[in-house]
Amino acid sequence: MSALRPLPRWADLVLLPILNLLLAFIVAGLVVLIIGQNPFVAISAIATGAFGNGYNIGYTLYYTTNFIFTGLAVALAAHAGLFNIGGNGQAYVAGLGVIFVALALDQYHWAIVMPVALIAAAVFGGVWAFIPGYLQAKRGSHVVITTIMFNFIASALMVYMLNRVLKPANVSGPESRMIAEGARMPRLSEFFPPFQYTPVNLSLIVAIIALFVVYVLVWRTKFGFALRTLGHNPVASRYAGMSNSRIIMIVMTLSGALAGMVAFNEVLSVQNRLVLDFVADAGFVGIAVALMGRNHPVGVAFAALLFGALYQGGNELQYVVPGLTREMVVVIQALVILFTGAMEGLFRPGLQRTFMLFSPEQKAEAAARETVGSEG
Amino acid sequence: MNEQPDSNAQRPDMAAASPPANGWAIELEKINKRFGPVHANKDIDLKVARGTVHGIVGENGAGKSTLMSILYGFYTADSGAIRVNGVEQQIADSRHALALGIGMVHQHFMLVDNFSVLENTILGAEDDARLAPSLAKARAELMRLEREYGLEVDPDAIIEDISVGQQQRVEILKALYRGADILILDEPTGVLTPKEADDLFRVLETLRDQGKTIILITHKLREIMAITDNVSVMRQGEMVKTLKTSETNPEELAELMVGRRVLLRVEKGESHPGKPLLEVRDLVVADDMGVERVKSVSFAVRAGEIVGIAGVSGNGQTELLEAVSGMRDQRAGTVAVNGRELYLRGDDGAARARAAGLAHVPEDRQRMGLVTAFEEWENSILGYQDSPEYGSGPFLDIEKAKAEADARIRTFDVRPPNNRLKTSLFSGGNQQKIVLAREMERDPDVLIVGQPTRGVDIGAIEFIHNQIIKMRDAGKAILLVSVELDEIRSLSDRVLVMFDGTIVGEADPATATEGELGLMMAGISERKAAQ
Repeated sequence: MSALRPLPRWADLVLLPILNLLLAFIVAGLVVLIIGQNPFVAISAIATGAFGNGYNIGYTLYYTTNFIFTGLAVALAAHAGLFNIGGNGQAYVAGLGVIFVALALDQYHWAIVMPVALIAAAVFGGVWAFIPGYLQAKRGSHVVITTIMFNFIASALMVYMLNRVLKPANVSGPESRMIAEGARMPRLSEFFPPFQYTPVNLSLIVAIIALFVVYVLVWRTKFGFALRTLGHNPVASRYAGMSNSRIIMIVMTLSGALAGMVAFNEVLSVQNRLVLDFVADAGFVGIAVALMGRNHPVGVAFAALLFGALYQGGNELQYVVPGLTREMVVVIQALVILFTGAMEGLFRPGLQRTFMLFSPEQKAEAAARETVGSEG
Repeated sequence: MNEQPDSNAQRPDMAAASPPANGWAIELEKINKRFGPVHANKDIDLKVARGTVHGIVGENGAGKSTLMSILYGFYTADSGAIRVNGVEQQIADSRHALALGIGMVHQHFMLVDNFSVLENTILGAEDDARLAPSLAKARAELMRLEREYGLEVDPDAIIEDISVGQQQRVEILKALYRGADILILDEPTGVLTPKEADDLFRVLETLRDQGKTIILITHKLREIMAITDNVSVMRQGEMVKTLKTSETNPEELAELMVGRRVLLRVEKGESHPGKPLLEVRDLVVADDMGVERVKSVSFAVRAGEIVGIAGVSGNGQTELLEAVSGMRDQRAGTVAVNGRELYLRGDDGAARARAAGLAHVPEDRQRMGLVTAFEEWENSILGYQDSPEYGSGPFLDIEKAKAEADARIRTFDVRPPNNRLKTSLFSGGNQQKIVLAREMERDPDVLIVGQPTRGVDIGAIEFIHNQIIKMRDAGKAILLVSVELDEIRSLSDRVLVMFDGTIVGEADPATATEGELGLMMAGISERKAAQ
């Protein structure tokens, strides 16, 4: 007799995240209040800043694109029981792949550069995640540790590459040559003018396709069945004859490839060159996105949109409410990550108790359990 | 909460209705406990006479554990009265229960492996922050208890160095040290050899003779008959009946537990063994720590016979099963199915073993044989997910898998018949049926079965045993590993006894006595002890 029964799906997927978000906003509101500003003004400034007009929406969707990729990277690995914290490093190194392809091919049309760059981003990001995957599968080094270490290695490697290899002689900063205009991936504003000069681009479409592909991979393929078995119960997957080490290496590679798509977005269309720290910690936000989205593509999509809105709205906030500095905005964003990501289970026990008392669905399930109890 | 404390209306089936000479140690009256809408205990009445051994039997989910948890203060009853030694009590937590003299010995021991017996005994009951004086005082008290109740254990021995039977004594000593007068034992013999179980019963008898009250939760009717004075039967959250043990028999108890007549004996015909289908030669297997757990074992299982491996758990059976089924690398030796040697190295050896016609019902279905978070249909293809019948390409033919799951649910009478239900919501017996259906319906040549009826209700045991015998009669080779000696004896055509990683003997289950098998299971050291 377990004391607490799991929540119904809708409560787990919708109600719980909303409660977490509310709590985050209340605490953030208190912080705003403490420094002498009006929290309601702040929240409406964030909302307007994120969705007020085409320009705002364009920026929100640009951030969302990155968060979908890193959110999916974390979610996919999580289904196999792996915690990929290395999204940052994988995206960063993938930038190398994109810039090599883009600079080598930038005399050609973007329609040629784009698919090759996409593959290069996937390969470079994938390889950067494969190494921790290999070390986990064959040597037992925990991916949480190795992926974090690989973030640092990536950052050192990229500084070296940018300063010593990619920096043209006539440029002072650590960055590569600009990609020729014709080879840059088009921004959505070319097709939809209200987005103005916002950086949201075709990679948003790639992100939406990625959501669908991950869904099919995890829930509709034999490999997905195997990776979920491993994620839930590694002993059972071994019992079932699945090669755990092989699954770990493949899943980590795919996860890194997804994270690498951030570079595809940033390098090929947003920055149009390789710059230092272009990932801007999207890899870490991806962890919160995956947690809040319950590792499901639909959840990841909504959570990525929420974080995209917070990033964009937060940026606008400092211009609307001068008392709220950039640092305060980061505090608010961090509170949201804290309550929706790190402490996402805060309300669960209380909610479960409430549901056990009132929910009719639970009664129906209890009836089913009673039937289970009576053996034939 | 509308019970009248002065109401003396006894249920007609309460055997010991009038107060016994020593009075009641425990009186439970109309205890109700709901978990949400699940009614785990319905109007439970239970009276336990002081100085007796009182058994409580019932299938899984009958509410035994809930009832004992209420008595021990883990849960609070929704309504009803608890009287301990005649005084009504509201037991708030286990600390309170202990203060009232109620101690519990759990099925899974709550001991710190690298502490000594003495340290474990006082753990959580230290007098003050300084350890040395507490230890000195505790040592004297512990020695007194050991002498008084015949519970000899070396106080300075480290827990991981002593046998399971001795560890259990430490658990009992812990309870006694804390002043327990009423001891609750939850499935105490599950981990013991027959001899250790006999020792335990002797200890329980001593405790009873010294005036302690013992509540014994078990599903083994033989133990109920051997040791208890009274027995209460629970079924689906209700107290069915309380009987004097001397006035009942196992058949009646089984019927009360299940609610219908149950065949306790397995009915099987003569075996007609054919050619060997499973041959194991000089197999050496190490555990995860690199310790050799199977030391050069050889045997064969022929078509149409059931070979049982008897042994106390932890003597290499688990590693043997895992190695033969391809889940664990062997250090040396060979495994052949149907004359063809299996290549079992690498972490997907189980897939090759299955492809060769070897099916495996693992010892621990929840840890190994099932993904409890999966829906039922997903578990019904586990291990066979790559088979072409569930889709030729990379995609899984979910409709096909679900249709097959439904067919198996019907053949094996899995309840409830719902392939979308999460597997963890099925009872132990039904989970086992899901595994058996998956492994048997593929018509394998060799079936390896570990603990087929562990945690399975009596009603389902009968069904599972019959299925295994049906497989045998269909000319399959069956290797059975079980810690239930009764099960090994009644199902097997040949019995191999395993001790410390080797097969120490073979016996004919029809002629070997339990004592002979028990001595073999205990190995040489135990035999010395018996002399």
